[in-house]
Amino acid sequence: MNIPDDLKYTKEHEWVKLEGDTATIGVTHHAQGQLGDIVYVELPTEGEEISKEDTFGSLESVKAVSDCFAPLSGKVIEINNVLSENPETINEDCYEEGWIVKIELSDKSELEELMSDEQYKAFVAEESA
Amino acid sequence: MAKHTPLYDEHVKLGGRMVDFADWEMPVQYTGVIDEHKAVRSAAGLFDVSHMGQIEICGKDAEAYVQYLTTNDAKKIIDGKAQYSILCNERGTVVDDVIVYRFTNERYILVVNASNVEKDFNWIKEHERGEIEINDISDSYALIAFQGPKSISILQEFTDIDLDSIETYNFREGMLADKANCIIAKTGYTGEEGVEIFSQPADAPAIWQTLLERGMPQGVRPAGLGARDTLRLEMKYSLYGHEIDDETTPLEAGLSWVVKLDTTDDFIGKQALIEFKEKGATRKLVGFKMIDKGIPRQGYPIITNDKANGIVTSGTMSPSLGEAIGIGFVPKDNGKIGMEFSIDIRGRSRKAEVVKTPFYKLK
Repeated sequence: MNIPDDLKYTKEHEWVKLEGDTATIGVTHHAQGQLGDIVYVELPTEGEEISKEDTFGSLESVKAVSDCFAPLSGKVIEINNVLSENPETINEDCYEEGWIVKIELSDKSELEELMSDEQYKAFVAEESA
Repeated sequence: MAKHTPLYDEHVKLGGRMVDFADWEMPVQYTGVIDEHKAVRSAAGLFDVSHMGQIEICGKDAEAYVQYLTTNDAKKIIDGKAQYSILCNERGTVVDDVIVYRFTNERYILVVNASNVEKDFNWIKEHERGEIEINDISDSYALIAFQGPKSISILQEFTDIDLDSIETYNFREGMLADKANCIIAKTGYTGEEGVEIFSQPADAPAIWQTLLERGMPQGVRPAGLGARDTLRLEMKYSLYGHEIDDETTPLEAGLSWVVKLDTTDDFIGKQALIEFKEKGATRKLVGFKMIDKGIPRQGYPIITNDKANGIVTSGTMSPSLGEAIGIGFVPKDNGKIGMEFSIDIRGRSRKAEVVKTPFYKLK
């Protein structure tokens, strides 16, 4: 299982990379595998305020739609426009080129609720059991 | 506990992602839906469709009963021929869509949807008339669909039956890959040239392995339920529970070509369908492409004249076309080619346009 140790994770199978007040968000390798071929990504607009647990976009495979839930609250400062034309980038490189949004955090205390790589590994194992 | 087809171990070996489907544990995909879909269009794909049901109708009055049970003209088919048809109820709505295989005028097999086997069997039992015997023989056969432009030449290496001499919707019994008692039918659900192979359950893994081994170097892939759905959708083939169900008549679902109202024989639902036809359908099943972004999905409302008066029955991103396509019911006057309407995609209004179908033109 591909779970980098420098990221934080959620139960919705998203990863968070923190740089100062900015969090980059994407979905994990496990999540993209479960979704299958991603063929469409609905992104939020830049400047939009999102709250933790809100739906901020969706990923669609050939067969189904999955909502993206915000792991943290803040303002969307950048979206990955590559995904509009090449949604399969998420399947190919979910942790780098396939990032989804960057948000400016409004409540850093929410970070404490995220999982470490070890915790996420255990979570996936338990969920698949 | 989900049931396993005779090919279950093959799916697991091939890394198939198994999901529950109509009480069966079936592969939804192996490598990926798009890959598998394209393999079928360019080479061929092997599908396990053993979950589908087989109901046998035998006896002196079998022909008359099949004629009474189904909307198509079953008397038109001769021995060795198959026919797409519908089981309707007295209201003229659809119990199931089926393929009728005629072995003799005293023996027919109906291949029915996996999700409807029990319902269909009970239905057929309840309406029994004449000297006939009805058996659910679903466990007596494995069913493999081998579909795509390279399927016939590959299959031909393993059988003495001259496959080119079998016309579409005809079938032949014989040996395949040293396995006796196989039925090879030129039927399918992808639009491509291909066959469906009935075999003894125990023989299915060997047939599967043989075809896959020979086919792989030529681009043949195992294909799951995901690709089966996108392939049929590109052809605008109906799927029970989507385009047709027991609230839908075949006449409004674009299936009037299999409803023969002008024969002298009666069938269940005929009177209701005659009345329905006289009144005229108020809605029409159309194929459409998205103009705006977004993918239509079953259940999304279709909006014409500011009213939500239609509904999407199926939709996907077409792997062959790279465009979002869908099938849905719209008011009769809004269904002409080129007409535009909106689809409520999760709260956002997105434009779509009625297009000619099938969406995919065969090469």
